[in-house]
Amino acid sequence: MKDDTVVTKGRHPASRRQVLHGIALAGLGMVAGGAGVLDAAWPAAAAVPASGWPQQAFAQKSEAAALKALYGLAAEPSDKVALDVPEIAENGAVVPVSLTTSLPDVSAISFLVSGNPFTLAASYRLSPGTEADVSCRLKMAKTSDVIALVLAGGKLYSTRKQVKVTLGGCGG
Amino acid sequence: MPSTIRVRAIAGSDTTEVQVLIQHPMDSGFVKDKNGTLIPSHYIETVTFAWNGKPVFTAYWGPAVSKDPYLKFAFKGGKKGDPLQIAWTDNLGQGDATTARLL
Repeated sequence: MKDDTVVTKGRHPASRRQVLHGIALAGLGMVAGGAGVLDAAWPAAAAVPASGWPQQAFAQKSEAAALKALYGLAAEPSDKVALDVPEIAENGAVVPVSLTTSLPDVSAISFLVSGNPFTLAASYRLSPGTEADVSCRLKMAKTSDVIALVLAGGKLYSTRKQVKVTLGGCGG
Repeated sequence: MPSTIRVRAIAGSDTTEVQVLIQHPMDSGFVKDKNGTLIPSHYIETVTFAWNGKPVFTAYWGPAVSKDPYLKFAFKGGKKGDPLQIAWTDNLGQGDATTARLL
């Protein structure tokens, strides 16, 4: 949608962000070893920069490219992933989504919106012991599919549902 | 300045349910203001949650997360009074952190 260059506006060099992110983590009293726990469960193929925020995956415009940048794995559709989205969203700026799954060993959950300028909306990392039950609110530019990805036991599972949007949430 | 983070973390019998609301514009970089100038993107990239100093949950967000983001998740364990540390940083290097007590 619109000009490609606009999205990079206002972005500071990664180094500064990493430094500040580091400060935030230090403020939490997280030692390096503690932070490493989350990364250990992550497939080596995934392109995750040092700051942890998957910049490349968030820059992808197609579903397949985002999936590749995020996990480097193919997703297998699964009925064990329960995605709860509204059938019709009157306001695309606030679309509640929630996901639960009965799959064991879930280490990551991601939400993609196929009709958005950038498909990846949110990606969550779960430590062992964290329940595979996540809710949040997303923006949707137009009627399209919400795709949920669950990384469980090193395999990627997905499910998708269409949401009809009557008023887009990305302006313009 | 009051915290930008509002937390409600309730310790149940075996799991703790965490709900959080963060005040943030979450500008996508696609919206124009009334003069027709693009509002530059400004959104939270990372939110971390640690219970008793141990990371339990990390959120990576893009500009497609709604303004004043809401998030809910749950983890095993946790008892009343335990500290839950929450911190966020955005694409402009701003951030906030807070420590909540489980209810």
